[in-house]
Amino acid sequence: MLRYALLRIFGAIPTLLLVIALAFLMVHAAPGGPFDAERVLPPEIEANIARAYNLDESLPQQFIRYLGGLVRGDLGPSYRYRDYSVSELIGNALPVSMQLGALAMLLAIVAGITAGLIAALSKNSYIDRLVTGIAMTGISVPVFVVAPVMVLVFAVYLHWLPASWTGGTSISRLILPVVALALPQIAYIARLTRASMIDVLSSDYVRTARAQGLKTFSIIRYHALKPAMLPLLSYMGPAIAGVLTGSVVVEQIFGIPGVGQFFIRGALNRDYTLVLGIVIFYATLLILLNLVVDLLYGILDPRIRNR
Amino acid sequence: MSYLAAIRPLIRKSRDNKTIVVCSSVLLLIAAVALIGPLLSPHHYANTDFENRFMVPSASGWHLFGTDDLGRDLFVRTLLGVKITLFIAIIASCVSLGIGVAYGAIAGYVGGKVDAIMMRAVDALYAMPFIFFVILLMVVFERNFLLIFVAIGAINWLDMARIVRGQTLSLKQREFVDAARLIGVSTPGIILRHITPNLLGVVVVYMTLTIPQAILVESFLSFLGLGVQEPQTSLGALVNGGVSNMEGAPWLLLIPAIVLALILLCFNFLGDGLRDVADPKKKT
Amino acid sequence: MSLLEVNNLSIRYADSAKPVVQNLSFAIEAGQSLGMVGESGAGKTQTAMAVMGLLPANANTSGSIRFDGQEFLGAAPDVLNRYRACRIAMVFQDPTTALNPYVRIGDQLRRILLEHKICKPPEARERTLAMLQRVGLPDAERQYRVFPHELSGGMRQRAMIGAALLGEPDLLVADEPTTALDVTVQAQILSLLRELRSQSNSALLLITHDLGVVAGNCDRILMMDNGRLLEEGTTKEIFAAPSNERTAKLIAAARRIDMPSRTSPLPGGVAPIMEIDNVSVSFRERRVSGKRQLHAVRRLSFKVAPRETIAIVGESGSGKTSLARAILGLIPMRSGTVSFAGKKLPGPVRSRSNKIRRQLQMVFQDPVASLNPAMRVADIVAEPINIHEPKKKKAEREQDVKKILQHVGLGTELRERFPHELSGGQAQRVAIARALVIRPKVLICDEAVAALDGTIQSDILHLLQAEQADSGLSLIFITHDLSVVRQISHRVLVLYMGRVCEIATNEQLFKRPLHPYTKALIQSVPVPDPNAKPDDMPLAGEVSSILNPPAGCPFHPRCEHAVARCSEQVPVLESVAGGSVACFRASELDLSY
Repeated sequence: MLRYALLRIFGAIPTLLLVIALAFLMVHAAPGGPFDAERVLPPEIEANIARAYNLDESLPQQFIRYLGGLVRGDLGPSYRYRDYSVSELIGNALPVSMQLGALAMLLAIVAGITAGLIAALSKNSYIDRLVTGIAMTGISVPVFVVAPVMVLVFAVYLHWLPASWTGGTSISRLILPVVALALPQIAYIARLTRASMIDVLSSDYVRTARAQGLKTFSIIRYHALKPAMLPLLSYMGPAIAGVLTGSVVVEQIFGIPGVGQFFIRGALNRDYTLVLGIVIFYATLLILLNLVVDLLYGILDPRIRNR
Repeated sequence: MSYLAAIRPLIRKSRDNKTIVVCSSVLLLIAAVALIGPLLSPHHYANTDFENRFMVPSASGWHLFGTDDLGRDLFVRTLLGVKITLFIAIIASCVSLGIGVAYGAIAGYVGGKVDAIMMRAVDALYAMPFIFFVILLMVVFERNFLLIFVAIGAINWLDMARIVRGQTLSLKQREFVDAARLIGVSTPGIILRHITPNLLGVVVVYMTLTIPQAILVESFLSFLGLGVQEPQTSLGALVNGGVSNMEGAPWLLLIPAIVLALILLCFNFLGDGLRDVADPKKKT
Repeated sequence: MSLLEVNNLSIRYADSAKPVVQNLSFAIEAGQSLGMVGESGAGKTQTAMAVMGLLPANANTSGSIRFDGQEFLGAAPDVLNRYRACRIAMVFQDPTTALNPYVRIGDQLRRILLEHKICKPPEARERTLAMLQRVGLPDAERQYRVFPHELSGGMRQRAMIGAALLGEPDLLVADEPTTALDVTVQAQILSLLRELRSQSNSALLLITHDLGVVAGNCDRILMMDNGRLLEEGTTKEIFAAPSNERTAKLIAAARRIDMPSRTSPLPGGVAPIMEIDNVSVSFRERRVSGKRQLHAVRRLSFKVAPRETIAIVGESGSGKTSLARAILGLIPMRSGTVSFAGKKLPGPVRSRSNKIRRQLQMVFQDPVASLNPAMRVADIVAEPINIHEPKKKKAEREQDVKKILQHVGLGTELRERFPHELSGGQAQRVAIARALVIRPKVLICDEAVAALDGTIQSDILHLLQAEQADSGLSLIFITHDLSVVRQISHRVLVLYMGRVCEIATNEQLFKRPLHPYTKALIQSVPVPDPNAKPDDMPLAGEVSSILNPPAGCPFHPRCEHAVARCSEQVPVLESVAGGSVACFRASELDLSY
């Protein structure tokens, strides 16, 4: 187990470095500088600006400088929002995005597992077919289709919920975005849970448990639940990545001032430090969370734990 | 010789599977309409017509799906969207297929340290939030049409590589490969005649799942305005347009959305059905 | 009223026309043991599942299964649950998959007690520990806490048996309980079962394909074939006078170990065709504690003469498969040489010339896995010809393929089939055809018949012997099955943990074994004779871990003749009258029967 954990932790570091390097390179390989969109400036002022932002140094030097800043938690200044540093911008937008993402994950896990278990236990019945059908639709319809359609139905036609972040109460304005964000994950998790549970229930060791006279509830509780949930744990990494990705769209559609919104704006405004900062922030988050998931898996699977 | 032979039992079993038959028929139908439809309609996808903006779908005037904010006929534009979306998705999937299969087969067959390094690289790439990189890429390099393929291909090949590597590893350990070595079959001979034909089943199945992924990525990019550029369009771009005009002209959103969902649904069901046919013992 | 009464049981699955079990009727009285015997596909496991109520949902059944008056067929699950574990229990074939890998052994057993409210939670742990001890698991406290993957196959099966007996059932159903185990471990488990049954007087339904197992453990036999009852009666009656031709054939196939060997005598003074000299094979294992060497084969030497069959016998961990693969160049040898016709062979198979490669071929254990699923039979058999005789014309090649298929007893209409469309026996014949089509001088068979039914085993072995007589082929036959050894070998090599224990002629080995392990091995084989007394003092213990071999002679921890010297020095192979043996006490011991 120790070996497994150490391998994973040390493996994450080069990945992180690679991500940072790649993103950095891409940003600096872009044709044109960050200030090209504005008025054409006289060369001396341009040189001054370049010096102020350290753009006159060589690329490797800038990279090292950037890394140094990273370690201190400084992601550099925003090129666009001149009065703010990237860290500040992310920090301001983060709470909203976190709230959205966390609620969506929670909803996805609870709803997905419940639906999946119900479907697995009533395999091939009408309920099962219904759940499976809805799940299939959920993974086939992308977030950017579901979200607007939901707004159309629930906000524009039925007037039950606010159409954007600016309307409604602090709770009612969360409902549509959270549900829209969670929907594809609910579908994936439900399908995975169902398949995993069916797999476990048809295994040899569950057959042994049946031969031992255990009733269905006992079998699930003492023999089936843990092995069935393990593949789900492995999926948590991609699930979180999916929620992160989807949040970009959802924030856009509902006008939510979160990190995703800033990312899009930054991309369109060529605010490269902001974009770079967000990419690195998200990447670090993902890598860390994947690490946690991996370690948890190692603890829970006895075959790895006791090697 | 052995390639077709390997697939034939799969084809026979597929014909009996209702899901596969229905889904592939629907997809073929959609593709056929996309190709033939524009020839029947009098409108061109780029023709703006400011007199007839925001027309509700009706049979009169051949505006079956209505018109958009610039008066362009939605039916023809939707069909164009289907064509472009499918085209990009299939080509990009082939690219990621090529990379993924080659990468996975080499890693699996060579094994040892090479395999370990190659797979570590895949694990590292897996952890990266690719979408963000792609968006970065698209923004930085100015919406290049070719770039879209590269971007989508770059995301999708990882899954295929993993699957192919796994399958190659398990095939390598099968005794018929040892038997071939004993007979004296050369290494290229083993890869060509013994390993590859047995990879085809797995590859075909995963292709049907890679394509919808590619469609999703492309649509996502188009939705953000980073994909296909005007006057060309893709389903994602159409949905984007539909969102901005959602309240006044809901059909602009709903029609492309439904078509997109239908295509994705068919591919996903098809993939599931093929997986069942290819290995009925393995549960999804 | 019998304890178990089965009347006209038929089981049919929706997607096939043929029922897997047809009109089966039998009864088991309290305390009685019934052996259900038949080859694969006979319907034995299906019957057992039906009795336990474990058939899948898509099985259609008719007839009746009555346990102590209660009808089981069609009964509600909670009715069946009242009987399971407490009155009827089952031991499954493969303890690796039958035990939950995610739950500790102790917890799995304890759950049975708690579920059926046999006792209160505090007492449950004590009872479980007691049972673990009773089934012979050393250090029960530790075994309580471990997970199944930390135990060996034999220990897992003991845990399974313990689980089955916790509820003190009146009837124990055992489905091939020892088939997946080494023969010495099998003897232990069967002895354990006999002992436990005599203490509790429970009835036993023992399902097996091995008539030897039945002969020593069952009062009555039920022979099944293709889902039907063939015949039924007391064990003694059936063995003495089978009323059915099929039964007679099965008994004959089982009796091979007692029969005189069928090998033709060898001409003397001929130069050996192959020489294996001081071959060692080892693997590098990476553990947390660092890299370790796993010594699979240690300094093995022997010679093979033309027309000779050498049997290499060993259980799991003996290194026999590693040896075969090293000789063929599929895996690297750590040291030693292999010579063919006097010339040393290069190690890896790809460094060997085609001329050499065609002389040495192999037939593998799993017939279907050794054939490329994407190739047709004709292509599989033609491939060696294409490589070694590329100049041959197409028509000639097709003729060769047809001839060899006929030669191995297959109809030429099978040419267009794929491997998954063949039966086990047919697939193995195709593999043999592929090996023989280029006329090798030496054929290595790695457990080539282990996966086949008894009667088919005999047929394949006859085929190989005929080929040997015909073309002078030498056979190196790797097996754990002593009846196979008896049937076809001239000389026998006995391996234990990578070292040779004994080399002897066929006659000599079975009459007077020289090494204690050989004797224990022969004694462990269940004798298909109801009049013979079953072995109640089987070889104790299990093969030591290959990563941590014992000092001195690897067999000494289990050897009843061991002395101090055995744990200090490794015995060397020495020639004695009748063969070679690696044992310090060989000259003093008389291990004959």
